[in-house]
Formats: sequence, structure tokens, C-alpha cells
Amino acid sequence: MIGKYLPLLASSLRRKRLRTFFTIASILIAFLLYGLAASMQFALKSGVDVAGADRLLTMHKVSFTQLLPASYESRIKAVDGVVAVSPQTWFGAWFRDERNQFPTFPSDPEAYLRIYPEIKLAEEQKQAWFADRAGALVGRAIADLYGWKVGDQVPLRSAIWRRMDGSDTWDVTVRAIYDLPNGGDTRQIVLHQDYFEEAKQQAKGLIGWYVIKISDVNRAQAISRQIDVMFANSPAETKTSSERAMAQSFVNQVGNIGAILSAIVAAVFFTMLLVTANTMAQSVRERTNELAVLKTLGFSNGGVLGMVLAESVLVTTLGGLLGMFCAWWIGVQFGPTLDQYLPGFRVPRDAFTKSVLYMLALGVVAGAVPAWQAMRLRIVEALRRD
Amino acid sequence: MNAMPAEAAAGTSIVRIRDLVKDYRRGAETVRVLDGLSLDIQQGDFVALMGPSGSGKSTLLNLIGGLDRPTSGTLEVDGLRVDELSEGSLGRWRADHVGFIFQMYNLLPVLTAERNVELPLLLTNLDRQQRMRRVAAALKLVGLEQRAKHRPRELSGGQEQRVGIARAIVTDPTLLLCDEPTGDLDRKSGDEILTLLEALNAEYGKTIIMVTHDPHAAERAHRVIHLDKGMLSEGPG
Repeated sequence: MIGKYLPLLASSLRRKRLRTFFTIASILIAFLLYGLAASMQFALKSGVDVAGADRLLTMHKVSFTQLLPASYESRIKAVDGVVAVSPQTWFGAWFRDERNQFPTFPSDPEAYLRIYPEIKLAEEQKQAWFADRAGALVGRAIADLYGWKVGDQVPLRSAIWRRMDGSDTWDVTVRAIYDLPNGGDTRQIVLHQDYFEEAKQQAKGLIGWYVIKISDVNRAQAISRQIDVMFANSPAETKTSSERAMAQSFVNQVGNIGAILSAIVAAVFFTMLLVTANTMAQSVRERTNELAVLKTLGFSNGGVLGMVLAESVLVTTLGGLLGMFCAWWIGVQFGPTLDQYLPGFRVPRDAFTKSVLYMLALGVVAGAVPAWQAMRLRIVEALRRD
Repeated sequence: MNAMPAEAAAGTSIVRIRDLVKDYRRGAETVRVLDGLSLDIQQGDFVALMGPSGSGKSTLLNLIGGLDRPTSGTLEVDGLRVDELSEGSLGRWRADHVGFIFQMYNLLPVLTAERNVELPLLLTNLDRQQRMRRVAAALKLVGLEQRAKHRPRELSGGQEQRVGIARAIVTDPTLLLCDEPTGDLDRKSGDEILTLLEALNAEYGKTIIMVTHDPHAAERAHRVIHLDKGMLSEGPG
């Protein structure tokens, strides 16, 4: 039914091609920004979603970068409700190019897999990794990126840690490759804490932080407090919180950027509203005579109103869809590169749905006044004006 | 009140106007454009409305076509009280019963000739194929079937007006209202348009009311009605 009016609508857009192009381009940019902001927020939030509420992180009270004694491990293990403890340290690994660092942590392999049961790997690979002190558990994304296979020997370089012989090259063997459900971020390598402790030149007996699995999520706060009390007034006091709370606090800090982005996008949308409304108003003004002719031919007031609104919605939808397509394309194209900093950077599905609603709303609001004016147009006066 | 011409009172009137008054407000002042006008136009007639500027001829045409509303009086077209129709009904009525031909053609410049002619048919329930068949027939009738894909700027003034005529007749209306149809054309093109209108009147029985300043164009009508200061006087046809 509405299809027969499409050529008429499309021809209206061709009337002033340059103006239509710039209007659509402006809307495209607004929705591109919206898509990118939504992707960023999704990436920031996805960290929180995968963070376990039954996992605690114990780190130095002063700073994340301060090290903790390795001896804390046995004392934390003894706390009631603690199921598993693994030390972790930021290794600062890179391969071939120092700019391409990826998360690598020396850990206790068995404890690590108990703490992160979502990690999927073949049983024989798991056993092989447990058995080889210089073995590495490698995330699928890293393995694919560098073409590593199980059994490959890889000279990892560390931006922080040197071996006893002064070298920063750590030869490890890929013993297992893991996956995560639902396409989780697998850009990570896990090494043996024993191997790392034995071979490192500095900070002997110190680790970065502890990851702890607890038996009861409801006791997370109590256990955290108990651990921190245990090390209070020691040279290395601790701060323990759930992994999710930690991720959330990180997101809250970075989230301000998200809020700023949202504000910018809102401002851009508002500007677009004015730009589109102005374009539509101008377009209707220029076509006063034509609209009067349409009314003369029998087009109803409602029909003319609908046509101007449809034209406005067509402009915002065209620009919006192109913008969202560009945002999606950027996510697909650069997502893997950005994974290191913003894992899961892509336009979430709900952002697509919302964007369509925004396109329609923008079109209707921007076209409302011109459409109303077109509807109220008096034929005789409009024809006389010509 | 103007006297009604005797011969117009006889026969079947397609347009029947009684005591028609139209006032316009110009600032604080009220200007009477039509002053108690009564008129009958017969089915199949070809009437020329003449008169000086401001005499009210275009206003009368607009009222007959349902583009404007009278201040008082009655206006019947084909038995229907047009002055009593609601805004929405007027639109539908115009689409079904009236074809308009303008001095400046008033074609949509972004549409091809056939798309322009198709416009009134968009309001019907005809499917695309049926619409295009009718468009082709209308364009053929005005001799422009070869120009269907051309946009108005690619046509001469005479051709544009022919497209305007094709658009006016494509719905097969009862009444054709022409506001200075040759006013923007050279003599040759104007004559061609008038010949076309004559043919539509003679061969297809269309009732035509044409506003014109041009005595030469008025000569082609069966009947010439003069308007002056909102009042009628019949002239030789």
C-alpha cells in the first residue's frame, strides 16, 4: 500500500541531492558515534558480566602494583570458606613486537582451573600442562593470532621480569589451548608460578595478587574482611574484594568516560534533530506549491502530513542505518585489535534495536512541525503564492 | 444579484450556483470578490470565464473545484452540494470528479511525465499495472507517449501543459477546470492546447470551465461568461 508512494518520497530526496547527502551524512555520523559509544560501554560492562561473584582478589592495600609475600597463600587457604587460592603476577609478556603485550600470569595451574571452571580445554592437554613446569596454557585468540599449536616452543619476552641469567626471554611450551563459552575473551596466557618463581631474577618470594575461590557467594564480604584483618598491621596489608566488585569499580572509574560519551552522543542527536528539522522545514517551504498541487489532486491533509513525516523518517533511517552499519563494521574490523584494551568491543544487539527506535523518533520529531505546516497549508493561498 | 442567463437555465446543469458570495479579509477590511452570483453550466459544455484581473474568475473556479469555500450561497456539482462537504470529503470528491489544469502546469519537477500523470491514481485502489495502463492511455491522448520518461525540464512549455492535461484527465473526471491554460504559452502551443481541450470536450464529453484573459482562447469555447466586480454577464460564445 505504502510502496506506491515510495517513488514520490525517493524523488523528494533527489530534489536537492547535496543537501540530502549532507543531512544523511550528519545523521550517519551521529549514529556512528552512538554505535561506537554503545560498543565501548558493552566492552566495559562485559568484563563485569564475566567476573565471578564467588571469586575474590586480594591485593596490596596501597596499590595494585605493590607485591605481596608468597607466604600469604597458605594462610589464605586456611580461611574457612576458601576453596582454592592461586597467586598471580603481571608478567608483561610480548611476542615479536613489544607494543603487542597480552595478559600473561604465572599461576598455580591446578588451583587456577578450579577457580576458573569456565575455561574449556582438552583433558590430555590439561594434564600435559600440569606436568610441564615450562608449559603454558594459551588462549585460543592468542594461539590463532600467532599460529601457535600445542607443542610449539615460544620465546615469550617480558617487559618486567628478567631471568636469572639477565635475559628477558622466557622459553615456554604451548601445552594447552583453551576456549571460553559464548565467545569470551581468550587473549591470555597462564604460566606455572613455580617455574616463574624459580627462574626470575628479582622479587623472589613475592607475587602480584591472589585469586581466591570461595564456597559461598553470600560470605564474600565476611571472608574478604577476615583475610584483610589477618594481614592488618603487617608490612604488606591487603585489600580484598570480589572480582565482580573489582571489575565494577574499574568500570565505574572508566564508566565516566562512557557517561561523557553518552552526553556527547545525546548532544549530537539533539543537534541532528535541529539539522533534520531545519532541512525538512526548508524542503517543505520550497515545495509549498507542489504540496498544494497534491492537495488539489485530492491528497488529504493526513496524507500530506504522513508524506512529509515519512520523508523525514526515510532520511533519518537511511543515515541511521548507514551509521550503525559503519559502527558494526568498525567493531568487526578493529574489534580483534582492540580486544587487548576493550575485549568484546562490538555493537550489542540491543543497541541496534534502540538505534532503530531512535531513527524513527528522530524522524518523527524532526518532521513534526514541517509536516503540520504542510497539513495546514491552504491550497488557494499556496497556489497564489507561487 | 446577477441575472441567470436564459439558455443556461434549460437542460441538465452539472454546475448549479445560487447566490454565491465570497468575501476575503484583507487586514481589517473585507473585500467581496463574488457578489451573489448565480450560474448554471450544462453537462458537456465548454465555458470560458473572462474578466479583468480581480474580477473573481479564479475565485469562482476555485469554488467550483472545491479548493475554497463560499461565504454564502449554494454550489452544486453533479447534484452534490460541494459547499457542504467536509475538508476530507472535498479532497476525495476532487480526486474523483475534477481535473485541474494550471497556467504554470504545476508539474512536480523531480518526477517523470508518467509519474506526474500517475499522481492522482495513487489515491485509487488500482494496482501498478492498471495505473500505468491508464497513464499510457492519457499520455497517448495528449500525444506524449514518447515522452513518458522525460522530466518536466526536458519538455517544452506546450508539452508540459499536455502532461498537465493528461494528469487532469487520467482519473476520467466529470469536470475539467482550467486556469489560464494557455497563459504561459506561445500562440502555436496555445492553439494546440485549445484544440486538445476542444477534442476532450467534443469527443469525450468533458465539461470544461476555462478561465482566460485571451479572447482568442475564449473564442474556442461554446459559451463565454464575463465576470466583473464579482458579477456575471454573458457574452457571445
